[in-house]
Amino acid sequence: MGSLMRYSAFALLRGGLTGQRHWPRAWRDPAPRKHYEVIIIGGGGHGLSTAYYLAKVHGIRNIAVLEKGWIGGGNTGRNTTIVRSNYRQPALHTLFDFALNLWEGMSDELNYNVMFSQRGALFLGHSDSDMTRLAERGDALRCAGIDAELLSRDEVHKLVPLLDMSPDARFPIHGGMIQRRGGTARHDAVAWGYARAADRLGVDIIQNCEVTGFSMVGGRIAGVETTRGGIGADRVGICVAGNSGPVAAMAGIRLPIEAQTLQAFVTEPVKPMIDTVVMSQSLHCYISQSDKGGIVLGGDPDQFPSYAQRGLPPRIEKAAAEAIALVPALSRLRMVRCWSGTTDMSFDGSPIISALPVEGLYLNGGWCYGGFKATPGSGWCYAHLLATGESHRLAAPFGFDRFAVGATIDEAGVGFMPQLR
Amino acid sequence: MMRIDCPHCGPRGQVEFSYERTLDSVVTLDMEPAVAVARLYARTNPRGLDDELWRHGLGCRQWLVLRRHRVTHAIESVAAFDPAVHR
Repeated sequence: MGSLMRYSAFALLRGGLTGQRHWPRAWRDPAPRKHYEVIIIGGGGHGLSTAYYLAKVHGIRNIAVLEKGWIGGGNTGRNTTIVRSNYRQPALHTLFDFALNLWEGMSDELNYNVMFSQRGALFLGHSDSDMTRLAERGDALRCAGIDAELLSRDEVHKLVPLLDMSPDARFPIHGGMIQRRGGTARHDAVAWGYARAADRLGVDIIQNCEVTGFSMVGGRIAGVETTRGGIGADRVGICVAGNSGPVAAMAGIRLPIEAQTLQAFVTEPVKPMIDTVVMSQSLHCYISQSDKGGIVLGGDPDQFPSYAQRGLPPRIEKAAAEAIALVPALSRLRMVRCWSGTTDMSFDGSPIISALPVEGLYLNGGWCYGGFKATPGSGWCYAHLLATGESHRLAAPFGFDRFAVGATIDEAGVGFMPQLR
Repeated sequence: MMRIDCPHCGPRGQVEFSYERTLDSVVTLDMEPAVAVARLYARTNPRGLDDELWRHGLGCRQWLVLRRHRVTHAIESVAAFDPAVHR
């Protein structure tokens, strides 16, 4: 077993006397075995949390996570780190709130500081109809026992004094709705924390190991072909959001998913100026400040299929223009980085956590641009599916077959047009 | 940013165009429901070339068929959409 050292203030103090040279590596670097009970393809947050809960909750110890690059190098490290659960659809807010409850205990659970900060997630309302919509959503959430608070214009102004509240503001602010339990977390730490905790439970985390095909025996999954050789498995879980299509295609399965690009941006670090997450769903503009001080901005997807992991300048311009219109003080900051992730756009905007038509093969994907906040809940439900073969009750609505029977869960109501979402 | 060579207007910036769907997911009214569902919801989503339906909305407003690479964004061909050929 790799790292048995527990992280604590005492260990840090002790290390201070020895130049902090006593820290062992956080997880092992094992060679793949010949056979595993469960193989999870994809070493992002969702795959690693799945492995952790498979080992911890279901007692399965013979697990491998295969990652083609490095841990957390995909969408886990590319999102805007926002965590909230205030979706309108019951199937979605139930799943995401289950995840939010796990977020609240995650650092203790994993013995790893994921810097989860419940600084509040605020939606802005720019018109009467926006406010009606937010009030309706808030009522639905409160009926489900999920916190939601409608804010007046003055309350929003008090919470975020730097917003442009002037009479000639480009985007007038009529009020807002806040989920105070929402906030941000350090996304890399989530991957590292789950990797270390899963490793301690005997999970083999194998990096630089790309799956190139599936091996089947009698129409049933028997293992995977990889760049590090063939590995046998009783069950295989695909967990590669962004690349679900190409991986499922190796098993001859077509998915209701299209890959698109979503960009994010960060400015130079400044002193604390925005201490909550400010979002406008009418504009698709997301503003928060990282613990390092950079202002993190998110905007619209690029709205056509792409695996390029790089976005187009018009989106950068739009996100910057909206952010500056909302918070004029941002106009003086320099943007220091922009990057992109490949979003797994499903055709109703909701994830797929489901068995696939090949026996022994499962899929967790289609998280669109909202997967990070679900990380612990997604892993919990997927682990249940991989361990028992049955959908967890929270994941039951998210079956692969829901599209053909019209049981879609469409928060935006735009159907199979991901670019309109 | 991509430059798309519209057969009607010549080369124009990508912001004038909007993606609609892949060519193999176009559904006509005379299709059996099972065929229509398969075309709408079972996509190849390749890491490579695919044929896509685009519209030159801020130009000639015509439908176009782009053969485009989804990793490099290189556009292999642009053709006017012809319902007799493309379906």
